Amino acid sequence: MIKNLKKQNVWFVFTPYLWLVLFFFVPLALIFKISISVSEWGMPPYRDLFSFSENGLKINSTLGNYLFIFSDPFYIRSYLNSLSLAFTSTVLCLLIGYPIAFYVAKSKPSIRNILLIMLIIPFWSSFLLRVYAWKVLLQGSGIINSVLIHIGLITEPISMLHNHYAVILGVVYTYLPFMILPLYGYLVKFDLNLIDASNDLGAKPLNTFVKVILPLSLPGIVAGSMLVFIPVVGEYIIPEMLGGSDKLYFGKIIWDEFFVNRDWPIASALAMSGIVILVFPIIIFQLMYAKYNFKNE
Amino acid sequence: MNKLFFKIFTLTIGFSFLYFPILTLIAYSFNDNKRVMVWKGFSLRWYKELFQNEQILEAFYTSLKIASLSATFATIMGVMIGFSLTRISKIPARPFFIFLSSSPLVMPEIILGLSLLLFFISSNHIIGFPSSKGQLTVLISHITFSVAFVAVIIQSRLSSYDKNIEEAAQDLGTIPNMIFWKVTAPVILPAILSGWLLAFTLSLDDLVVASFTTGPGANTLPIVVFSKVRLGLSPEVNALSAIIMLIVILAAISIYLINRSNIKK
Amino acid sequence: MSEPFLQIIDVSKRFDNVVALDKVNLKIAKSEIFSLLGSSGCGKSTLLRIIAGFEKPDEGRILLEGKDITKLPPYVRPLNIMFQNYALFPHLNVTNNIQFGLKEEKISKEEINHRVNEILNLLELNGLEKRKINEISGGQQQRVALARCLVKKPKLLLLDEPLAALDKQLRVQTQFELVNLQYKLGITFIIVTHDQEEAMSLSDRMAIMKNGEILQVGNPVEIYEKPKDKYIANFIGTANIFNVLNKNNQIIIKELNYEVKNINKKENYVKCLIRPEKISVKKLENQSDNLNIGVVKEVAYLGSYTKYLIEVNGFEFYSFMQNSLVSDNLQIRWDDKVQISFNETSIYFFND
Repeated sequence: MIKNLKKQNVWFVFTPYLWLVLFFFVPLALIFKISISVSEWGMPPYRDLFSFSENGLKINSTLGNYLFIFSDPFYIRSYLNSLSLAFTSTVLCLLIGYPIAFYVAKSKPSIRNILLIMLIIPFWSSFLLRVYAWKVLLQGSGIINSVLIHIGLITEPISMLHNHYAVILGVVYTYLPFMILPLYGYLVKFDLNLIDASNDLGAKPLNTFVKVILPLSLPGIVAGSMLVFIPVVGEYIIPEMLGGSDKLYFGKIIWDEFFVNRDWPIASALAMSGIVILVFPIIIFQLMYAKYNFKNE
Repeated sequence: MNKLFFKIFTLTIGFSFLYFPILTLIAYSFNDNKRVMVWKGFSLRWYKELFQNEQILEAFYTSLKIASLSATFATIMGVMIGFSLTRISKIPARPFFIFLSSSPLVMPEIILGLSLLLFFISSNHIIGFPSSKGQLTVLISHITFSVAFVAVIIQSRLSSYDKNIEEAAQDLGTIPNMIFWKVTAPVILPAILSGWLLAFTLSLDDLVVASFTTGPGANTLPIVVFSKVRLGLSPEVNALSAIIMLIVILAAISIYLINRSNIKK
Repeated sequence: MSEPFLQIIDVSKRFDNVVALDKVNLKIAKSEIFSLLGSSGCGKSTLLRIIAGFEKPDEGRILLEGKDITKLPPYVRPLNIMFQNYALFPHLNVTNNIQFGLKEEKISKEEINHRVNEILNLLELNGLEKRKINEISGGQQQRVALARCLVKKPKLLLLDEPLAALDKQLRVQTQFELVNLQYKLGITFIIVTHDQEEAMSLSDRMAIMKNGEILQVGNPVEIYEKPKDKYIANFIGTANIFNVLNKNNQIIIKELNYEVKNINKKENYVKCLIRPEKISVKKLENQSDNLNIGVVKEVAYLGSYTKYLIEVNGFEFYSFMQNSLVSDNLQIRWDDKVQISFNETSIYFFND
């Protein structure tokens, strides 16, 4: 169809890129600029990067914000907490999600479609409300405590909320569909004859899994893992609702620096360091995305 | 048989984990007690209070408005991106455009929200636009992160699409300018619809980016709900969850039925 | 057959109350090429998957060289299967596909390399060792799939529609290669196919299957010349089937109103089969009122032979004539009257 349009009309197709440059990349450049600015009172609460005075052009740039972040164990610990949360929950999502995705993909088509819809329903229903559901469940007077008391495992309600285990549970629960759906996408295309062929050639079920099924679903594993890992590093809502004071996370720190302390340069420097940490996983995701979505062209 | 048992066991545990919290929440939305988890008796009291809560209703209306506008704009742009990446064979520097369009997929929302807010403030400072933070700034932000998701869906449909049908249409006498509307659009319509739905849900669901970019008079539903449940529980939110779940389940069932009847045809 | 190599005893299999196999019995000798032939849904693939071990029969046993292998999982059975779509591992190159099965055995590295090279030579795959599966042609993929099985030196090789994915020219060539290979290696082949020509040209013996049952087992000549019933006669080649009347010690082919004279009659048959190539037609010059006269309804010239559809008394049947024999035949046109003749020994009587 493009071929039939006049040459000059083709370029309207590129307007979305303009949008993305303006509202995605320019803002990112802007927080980079602010992250190397000096903070001061006023509006905006930082000094202009360039200022003119009698002595000519003056550049008010500083690496102080970064130095400040990386010299304070408070920030470093929150980074590490977020990375470890993201890593733990990615692994847990993979361990829980892989068998589910595998068995759903290998069901009979009639059952498979119903199961798939059942996987998508929680994905569609509100993220915030799913986190809230766990807040309700884990309450001191909540259903889990009631059951535990009823069967005599405990006598007093135990505090299950406001600690980092509750955060991990909440993250695994809400991000599980992001792991299962890409895995499903690769496993459903998987030719079942390959499993038979491997068995026939003498590979026992475990060897077949390691040598055939796992390598062929690797793109799905990587895609799912990235879709869990990257957003969880910046997760704000779940630690805020289910977490306690035992561990602080990166997302909450940015939020507080910006909304509570009103320190824009520090918040921006935190965001930039977040991007730097995530560059590697983001590049892996980008390469995979380009490779598996455009390889047939 | 051992294998079958393991399969049923895994799926049962997995789906119970996914549904247990949601179903409990729905069950307790009928609890006639201010203390959310102490069962007192069946009642529709919280539904009644929910529908009398001006703040929630107004936020719900705001969210619907922003979500449908955002989904529509994001879908239009997503289709353009999908086309430019799959159908223009001589697109210069294609990897660069792929990178451009897929980057928002993998940006933590807190960074996205922060950068957009700082951008809007600066832009207001320099050119006076946007004049204030509000529904417009939330809309722009939602379009920005939804475009990438719509583009993925459209582009994967287009790359498995048989271009011969367009040539067949020409051969049968369709004039070139009408081919998009008569052939291409109907074929990729399911992808366009699911892209729109995804963008709609993403916008309706967003709390973090909206919290950064919102202003007076533009509180979306997640913002209001979050302010209610951040520190405690709210029986009205239980009722709201039940209603949202009901809508999602009905939508899912109808999509399932539509798909099934399409396959049968 | 002294000691049957593979014995299938009373094997039955149902899927959700649909009978896929119904008390199937079969004996297959060592080193023969045996085909399971039938249309789709006849149970041939299920039988193959049961022999390979992917499915367990509901009833019955499978014996290989006298040993019961019914309950053995596929990965310990001393046999291999070549899949219809080849099922080559897309993440491995040609060499790694071929040595996949050897690595599961406890064999030294040198031995593996030696055997892989041997099979690469045998199947003329040299030079493709490092290629990925999607970088080689369909014919090469078929040979890799074959190599992957043969390198394990199986006692029995199962082939599921081995030629179906190849184009026509390649198919004929590959048929001969398969037979040569089997002759060289002496491995027993069981081939599943729906293509009767393929089964005829490849097999030593074949079984015709329908609705989960084996209708007839025999060599291609037996099955073609002496089909047990109308279904088999029609399934293999083209069949002219006539009704037979037994009247006062006379045997009459009803539709042709022809009395068969030179026959040692033992029982009353109700049908007879005359293959089209055994019926010859000759153009009538003058319009005489002979009994064996038909009208030509269709003529199809196929190069080496010509197909005629002949009508006699409202009944239609085929005659195939070699074009080298009678050049006069080339002048036969639509609606011509022709004289029909056949040798009485080429009539095959049977009961339906």
